[in-house]
Amino acid sequence: MKAFIKSAVAISPQKTFGIKGFPTEVMDYAETGFLKCIEPLYRDFLDPMVSRRMSRIVKMSVCGALGCIQNAGIKMPDGIITGTGLGCIEDTEKFLGSIYTGEERLLNPTPFIQSTHNTVAGAIALAIKCHAYNATYAHRGFSFESAILDALLHVSENPDTHILAGSFDELTPNSYQITRRLGLWKTEPVSSLSLIKEGGTGTMPGEGLAFFMLTGKRDDNSMAQLRSMRTLYKPHSDEEIENVMTRFIEDAGLSSSDIDMAILGLNGDNVSDRIYRHLMKGVLNGIPVSCFKHLCGEYDTSSSFALWLASVIVQSRQVPDCIRLGDMIPEKMNQILIYNHLWGVNHSMYLLSSC
Amino acid sequence: MQNRVFVTGIGIISAIGYDTKEVLVSLLNRRSGIGSLTLIDSVYRNEIPVGEIKASNHDLQQLAGPGSNKWNTRTTLLGVLAAREAYEQAGLESGTESRAGFISATTVGGMDRSEIFYKKFMADKSRGRLKNIIGHDCGDSTEKIADSIGIKGFVTTLNTACSSSANSIILGTRLIRNGLLDVVVAGGTDALTLFTLNGFNSLMILDREICRPFDETRNGLNLGEGSAFLVLESEERVDRSGKKVLCEISGFGNACDAFHQTASSPEGEGAYLSMKLALDSAGILPGDIDYINAHGTGTRNNDLSEGTAVRRIFPAELPLLSSTKSYTGHTLAAAGAIEAVLSVLAIQNGVIYPNLNFSRQMNELDFSPVTELIKDIQIKHIMSNSFGFGGNNSTLILSRCS
Repeated sequence: MKAFIKSAVAISPQKTFGIKGFPTEVMDYAETGFLKCIEPLYRDFLDPMVSRRMSRIVKMSVCGALGCIQNAGIKMPDGIITGTGLGCIEDTEKFLGSIYTGEERLLNPTPFIQSTHNTVAGAIALAIKCHAYNATYAHRGFSFESAILDALLHVSENPDTHILAGSFDELTPNSYQITRRLGLWKTEPVSSLSLIKEGGTGTMPGEGLAFFMLTGKRDDNSMAQLRSMRTLYKPHSDEEIENVMTRFIEDAGLSSSDIDMAILGLNGDNVSDRIYRHLMKGVLNGIPVSCFKHLCGEYDTSSSFALWLASVIVQSRQVPDCIRLGDMIPEKMNQILIYNHLWGVNHSMYLLSSC
Repeated sequence: MQNRVFVTGIGIISAIGYDTKEVLVSLLNRRSGIGSLTLIDSVYRNEIPVGEIKASNHDLQQLAGPGSNKWNTRTTLLGVLAAREAYEQAGLESGTESRAGFISATTVGGMDRSEIFYKKFMADKSRGRLKNIIGHDCGDSTEKIADSIGIKGFVTTLNTACSSSANSIILGTRLIRNGLLDVVVAGGTDALTLFTLNGFNSLMILDREICRPFDETRNGLNLGEGSAFLVLESEERVDRSGKKVLCEISGFGNACDAFHQTASSPEGEGAYLSMKLALDSAGILPGDIDYINAHGTGTRNNDLSEGTAVRRIFPAELPLLSSTKSYTGHTLAAAGAIEAVLSVLAIQNGVIYPNLNFSRQMNELDFSPVTELIKDIQIKHIMSNSFGFGGNNSTLILSRCS
């Protein structure tokens, strides 16, 4: 199953929103220990009366989605599909806290209403009065992938269809505290831009959202073609991952020598990164490699940042220096492979081609 | 030609029974599962009735057997039991299915344990046992259930609030129709939590008595808990194995009300569209539907909106209609799958379940739900509605196989 990407929008810890291509300035997060999104100017997209009741992640996501629809030059998508690992946790925490502090009495329902994972997809539909297909996936490192799969199914069922598919995840002080206690992050402050080094332990948390308009027909505005996507759940060996990747490339009618660049989900943690480095010596040997988590941090739906990045690269035919790993400079920008995994459990692969 | 999709196994656990047999007996005997809240420490224990499964997590863990442990969330334990029944009924063998998928749905995932963590954590950020929070996300229960029945080909989780598991059945059906998978176990699971109890209570839509769907005096819903899964298989696979088929997923619709974050539109636009899409995709006419298992939560808003939309879809003769929420309670993400399982049982046993506690027709509607058990009825097509916050409306059509 394939689709053309008609527009791609990301709101991230980098200045990725409201620009064409890749930002000229790269943000470094050195002292905080995490990467937080740069918020857009909400009033450009949302009536302040409406946005005032929305939490930060809902506001940002609706802005991103509306920006994506605008860039695609269409009025009404034929479906809205989102993916999120943890949903709207700020409001979840707020409501949970109020239950205990208020001893279950006289609770404000607003944070409960906005705590549900489908709040964003519902709010986008509400903003543009879209009665079409609407779904939300919430499954760790497959949340965004499931949204993309659902969109690809729609496009395969009807090539004229336009599906808005995207993902969002937010980091809150409490979620940072909890995941820090779980030992996921670097214990000493490091510069996010130098996150991807061999031999380190732990990574840095991030957050972000990205939206894509997918359709079955190519036109002058098409940025890239998403040729294929697949997930792999709990592979039992490196060999299985390598075989799946080889088959994934072959099933698209290509061989590994056709891949111009691989974008990998390296995050600076040696346990997590081992498989990427293994593949770089194996099936990806000789292929220029880029990474992205030093720009957006680690989170359940970070692969959407990689897909945004790949879409921009394929369209502009330029690779920003700050994402390259090693000395190899890609000569062409026709076929990009993305491979990412979340804690070794949820693995995903994407193949993106120029139009 | 798209693959047809058949149901070959069903599994359920709810306040009215631990498996399909017990659930059917309760339905045939008008036995409601709504009663006092006993397992959650809440100030509303004696005030708000719920559809609670009267088994502690320890008891559920004993039933779930090896592979489960005391740190499993209740959401996981309920799901393991329902999925296993469905899987065994379909005669599938754990770990041998390569083109298989597991699609679950849950609204609050492992919230039942997160609450234990959070109470301590709120007072002191260095406290709260981490084992109580690592299962918080919606994917946790799904992966544990998938692992328990040995499916790894494709795994995901829907969360579209109260229509979640109807959407997991829809996704499973589409993946098979498009030839991506041959067999999918699809459904959902949700446990009662302090979070949802207080959430719905803060919206002032929880009835203090057993709910009365489609009644003029209705005054809100009852929350419930439970899980249900259906095994979906491709026509080709069913033909090859010659196994018994329970029914067909012949149509589905998904539309968005786009009216309000929680309330349904008065004319039920989203509900109307999802029912219409389902009829169109099944290639049948409104007159072909024999029974509607309504979303029918018992809130003022839902039943008016759904009732109005049903009338718009069926302007002439209305099919038999009832809501089973007064038996099971509203089980949130599990509701769509629970009601799909009840629909399969209705087709298999030729019965239509009565709507409980009905006394007065709604002023705005010109019809009433079924109030007495109907037996020995030949059912061809059932329409099952599931509507959720965010305007997420979904409809399934389940059909007898000739």
